[in-house]
Amino acid sequence: MSARGPARRPFVRSMEGWWRKNPYFIEYMVHEGTALFVAAYALILLISITCLARGEAAWNQWLAVLTNPLCIFVHVLLLVGFLYHTWTWFNIMPRTLPPIIMNGARVTAATITRTGLAAALIASLIIFIIAASLAS
Amino acid sequence: MKRSNAPIFWALFGAGGMLSALIGAVLVFITGIAAPSGTFLPREMLSYSNVLAFSQHWAGKGFLFIIIALFLWHSVHRIFHTLHDIGIHAGTGAKLICYGSALTGTLAAAYALLRIG
Amino acid sequence: MNTGNKVITIEVLRYRPEQDTAPVAQEYIVPFTDDMSVLQGLQYIKDELDGTLSFRWSCRMAICGSCGMMIDSVPKLACQTFLRDFYPNTVRVEALAHFPIERDLVIVMDDFMEKLDSIKPYIIPEKPRALSEGEYLQTPAERDLYEQFSSCINCLLCYAACPQYGLNSNFIGPGAMALLHRYNLDNRDSGKEQRMPLVHAEEGVFNCTAVGYCSEVCPKKVDPANAVNINKTESASDYFLRFVTPKGACK
Repeated sequence: MSARGPARRPFVRSMEGWWRKNPYFIEYMVHEGTALFVAAYALILLISITCLARGEAAWNQWLAVLTNPLCIFVHVLLLVGFLYHTWTWFNIMPRTLPPIIMNGARVTAATITRTGLAAALIASLIIFIIAASLAS
Repeated sequence: MKRSNAPIFWALFGAGGMLSALIGAVLVFITGIAAPSGTFLPREMLSYSNVLAFSQHWAGKGFLFIIIALFLWHSVHRIFHTLHDIGIHAGTGAKLICYGSALTGTLAAAYALLRIG
Repeated sequence: MNTGNKVITIEVLRYRPEQDTAPVAQEYIVPFTDDMSVLQGLQYIKDELDGTLSFRWSCRMAICGSCGMMIDSVPKLACQTFLRDFYPNTVRVEALAHFPIERDLVIVMDDFMEKLDSIKPYIIPEKPRALSEGEYLQTPAERDLYEQFSSCINCLLCYAACPQYGLNSNFIGPGAMALLHRYNLDNRDSGKEQRMPLVHAEEGVFNCTAVGYCSEVCPKKVDPANAVNINKTESASDYFLRFVTPKGACK
């Protein structure tokens, strides 16, 4: 046997394109990709306060951009990205928390996810009500 | 074995991730859709005097600062790891670009909010 | 259903270091019955078709952890996966991902063995205890804290499911972390301080990006992702509080 080559020659496989090979990994890359949406929105807010700091003329120029239908459409896309982030964030949450024991039993993953989503809904409603009352 | 400094970035990532998961979507809806289109909220909400008053109040100022800073730190941390995932192991370079831009954005936000007065 | 006349194609990614420069796929036509596992299919190949095929197996009942492999690109125990679920399609079988291939379906697992050793997977008592002192007592509630993590059979499916381990094998990985957590949670153990530096290290938990697939593929419902992520929180609070609390886990 030794004449044919070294007995041990472990073969290391490449990781090239690993995330395309399994639907689970594709979903992972998509939800990691929501970071681009979050970054984009943070930049929009940063530009907004920068224009605001520059004075009324700069703000009004920026406001014209914000009210442009194309910009509103971009925000609709951002909204979809953020909603997907919310959904996936609370779906992973059960894996990240220490066990929570209530009434002698461990709180299930589904309950943790649902509680998180409910908290997001309630927090969003509160924010919207505050915004609406500030506007009036 | 060297102790990892990741907890700093991981904590900022987690805080930003939680905040954006809780209220990110509604903020996008308010500032980007409902108010600018004048459909669900009045357009005057975004008038110079209204937005200025909001940003001059300590609570509004703090809110904007926390949102911008944490959203940035959350996203750059994810982007940094995704670069690694797709095979760009730029190491220190990628780290500097990612976390450096979050730091720059945070400082720029602080500067703008302080200038607003 | 159980006619015995059905045949299925099993495609095995073969690697014979003495003749192959890289792995190559080889197809075998295997007669099968509905009660046959993928492992039994491979055993048929070895016994009847091609004695050169190499794979690991032992118990045939999902407890020894030897027959982990990629089955249609998913890490699975071959003994627990049935050929009928793939019929009439071809079943593709490959050595566990993210490990070097020793030969055919056999991986080199030295790296994991070192990691397993490094987490001190045994009870470290606070002080030496003589046999005459009797057994350690533990209540069912105390046992419940770690029981889930003690179900690990070292099958390495979680490592094959973890892209972060595949990208950087310095990462301690899901399985070893689940066992580390299991001993840290055991009230008979006092070795936590010796183990935590591994958690805090650059090779430690912060390589994990919470993909979560390790827990999906675990045949024993250990939930290694949970062990890793609980330790992230624990490591982070130690990182920030170690200057406040007099006795941090890190030196």
